[in-house]
Amino acid sequence: MTRLVMNQDGMAPWRIVRGTLCLLVAVFLLAPLFVVVIISFSSAPFLQFPPPGLSLRWYVQLFSTPAWINALVVSVEMMVPAALLATIMGTAAAYALVRGRIPGARLVMACLMLPIIVPGMITAAALFGIYRGLGLNGTLTGLVIGHTVLNLPYVLATVSSALRVQDSRLEQAASTLGAPPWATFRRITLPLILPAVLSSLLVAMILSFDELIVSLFVSSARVRPVAVQMWSNVMGDFDPTIAAIASVCFLFALLVLVADLALRRGPRLT
Amino acid sequence: MEARLRLDRKAWLLLPAALTIGVAFLLPVGWLLSRAFTDPQPGFQNFELLWQRPVYMRVMGNTLWIAAIVTPVTVLLAFPVAHLMAHGSPQMRRWLIFLVLVPFWTSLLVRAFATAILLQRHGVINSFLLGFGIVEEPLPLLYNITGLLAGCVQVLLPFVIFPLYSSMARIDPAYMRAASTLGASPVRSFFRVYLPLTLPGLVTGATLVFVSTLGYYIIPAMLGGARQQMIAQLIQDQIATFGNWGVAGALSIVLLGATAVLLLLLQLTVGLKEIAR
Amino acid sequence: MIENVLELAGVAKRYDAVVAVDALDLRLQTGEFLTLLGPSGSGKTTTLMMVAGLQQPDAGTILLNGAPVTRLPPYRRDIGMVFQSYALFPHMTVRRNVAFPLEMRGLPKAEIARLVDEALALVKLPDHGDRLPKQLSGGQQQRVALARAMVYRPALLLMDEPLGALDKKLREQLQLEIKRVHRERGISVLYVTHDQEEALTMSDRIAVFNQGRIEQIGAPEDLYDRPATRFVASFIGDTNLLPGRSLGTSAGLCDVETAGGRLRAAVRAPIAPGVGVVVAVRPERLVVRPEGEGLSGTIVDVIFLGTARKYVVRLADGTECIALRQVSDPPLDLGNASVRVSWDIAHATAFEA
Repeated sequence: MTRLVMNQDGMAPWRIVRGTLCLLVAVFLLAPLFVVVIISFSSAPFLQFPPPGLSLRWYVQLFSTPAWINALVVSVEMMVPAALLATIMGTAAAYALVRGRIPGARLVMACLMLPIIVPGMITAAALFGIYRGLGLNGTLTGLVIGHTVLNLPYVLATVSSALRVQDSRLEQAASTLGAPPWATFRRITLPLILPAVLSSLLVAMILSFDELIVSLFVSSARVRPVAVQMWSNVMGDFDPTIAAIASVCFLFALLVLVADLALRRGPRLT
Repeated sequence: MEARLRLDRKAWLLLPAALTIGVAFLLPVGWLLSRAFTDPQPGFQNFELLWQRPVYMRVMGNTLWIAAIVTPVTVLLAFPVAHLMAHGSPQMRRWLIFLVLVPFWTSLLVRAFATAILLQRHGVINSFLLGFGIVEEPLPLLYNITGLLAGCVQVLLPFVIFPLYSSMARIDPAYMRAASTLGASPVRSFFRVYLPLTLPGLVTGATLVFVSTLGYYIIPAMLGGARQQMIAQLIQDQIATFGNWGVAGALSIVLLGATAVLLLLLQLTVGLKEIAR
Repeated sequence: MIENVLELAGVAKRYDAVVAVDALDLRLQTGEFLTLLGPSGSGKTTTLMMVAGLQQPDAGTILLNGAPVTRLPPYRRDIGMVFQSYALFPHMTVRRNVAFPLEMRGLPKAEIARLVDEALALVKLPDHGDRLPKQLSGGQQQRVALARAMVYRPALLLMDEPLGALDKKLREQLQLEIKRVHRERGISVLYVTHDQEEALTMSDRIAVFNQGRIEQIGAPEDLYDRPATRFVASFIGDTNLLPGRSLGTSAGLCDVETAGGRLRAAVRAPIAPGVGVVVAVRPERLVVRPEGEGLSGTIVDVIFLGTARKYVVRLADGTECIALRQVSDPPLDLGNASVRVSWDIAHATAFEA
């Protein structure tokens, strides 16, 4: 293979250093997550590691506390529409920007990408300020709008790079063969970029589920997504219920990651 | 004429996204920034306040200082990982990518919480150190600069590893062989040939880390102490606690300005293409 | 039946300051195989794209089967198109690819199945229907593209350098295939290529493009034997160009003074005395003899080509020209210091330099 880059004998010490550092980084990255998952199965009422015994009591507590159930419901009600809206609008915009002949397309693209460049606190404060006058703070609508805005750039980036990879002559060919624009999009373009579209839908959902800062400003005690509920508990006392919800979030992220990798690698859909 | 007609049809597809970003993002952000000059009355008094009040200056200084420490630490730790990813066996590469992606996809909040559990007074690390008799007293690892650094570096590592990896993967091993046949020692050829070729990825990653750190809120709020307060926390304070929109707007302009300047520099030197995920 | 399936009148297209196609008139007769031939950037592909509707002309009209289509999008024109890159839909099987235009036209299922079978048989790929494009070779992919572009019997088939991505052997084989399909189906074809041999092999007529204009249009033999311009003479086949000066024109023949002597050549229009000219003669039309009439020169090189010998003759004024002689002709030998070069007047053409 290409280990040859530095395979002179003098490189053996470097290899050992490199291996050790990589191992340390791996532990640094993953150990906290493992510890949380293990503690979530603890039988003790405090965050002790290793736990004195194992139990599911924190999961039971999680799924029997109305505040947590409510938070899960709010999160789903918020992330599904926000992800769908962002995916539809982002895909449409990507198609227009990549395939259309639009003057200043690069500038428009840059503007649409701004929400991931501007620090979250600024976006959150700005939305909070504007929502005050509109009565949108503490509403699901307010959350969905905010999260749609935050998700859009990810969809736009993913789908437009998929469109750039795809040969636009396929669409020209479809047109010469008698396919009107909509049929061309539905039969040719969409099937070919579908993995990217689905992948960005998944990404948008997980991003929205995890997002804290905008949610923190815009939510209320009644309309409070999981991330905010976690935040308010974390800032109080640590208790293993949070480890349980954190493990659930982690599992969710892991599933999305695996699904996403499968989408990117998997065969093109027919 | 005809060209314009054709253009218009696809441009309609842009409308929903453009409208959403315009109305629900650009407008609110513009409004917030404008507070700096209008709240409580027109003028530059908010910027004068930033300059005069030591609290504000201290927080802004803190923010820069923390970003300046986090960046080199992250780059140094990312380098060996990216190197192994780029030049190790394909199997090693797949494992490493997965290993970096898993935390990358996990919520920031969950990771900050997990780090806190590890670092707390009776947490895993302290139990470990006490258990092996390395220390007598638990070390203070949380709610101070240690905790903040650990959290930031942990979260930001992938932002350096991936750009660095893509620069390294493009380096033809033949260059290094050529350098060694020309009589360069491994160390010399590393510094003279290899390192310069990784610069685009290195600069991109470092800039991303620096810029991200400037705007961080969750990590300093959860893992840092009162003395490590950062600019995003100050903005939140000004709004939520004091309702001081003018100062919040001015702080936002400072933060956004610093972000914009750094990203612009990156764009001028390397190009932003690398950022796209 | 309409006589001209395609008619372009005054069609023009410019990209910013560059004129791609300049006031173009072109007619394609029904059932004809017409090739647009020219170097890259000469406007031939732009012309094809405008006929397809993938580019909009800045001026002029395009008639397809007598009806104006200038402003119609591609999908409302009765055309089929084969691209150099094949442009097969990668997510559909060969059958689905070929069926696509028929489905767009709303044909019943049974009819579609029958037509697809027929088209695949025509391009000799009857058993490849269930494969994906990427499972086929380049040549096979291009056959599928051909089947797909003509399965619905469009009024006009457009082909944009369809063989450009294939190697020489396959290209020659597919040239004959396309020719056969054209003959069997009687379909009208507008073909674009930069390969003059390909154009000569396949076409009923060839339009030679240069800098956005048609230099000459005609049957392959016409272009070869009676090029209208110096560009055509040098772009198609090999040719000798001898510089000289006009001494006046009479009865379609121009007297030319060259450094090696006086000669006569055919002209399209009279050239005034004193004007500089070049005389074009094909190598195989040159007659090289040890003595007799003609320009005097010396043989400086002989190259054996298998079917012919190529002689490089240096004329008195230092110009070199090439002569081809059949291998069956007795060889001239290199030591034969002085030779005479001549040709039938009908095979020489003079152009203003």
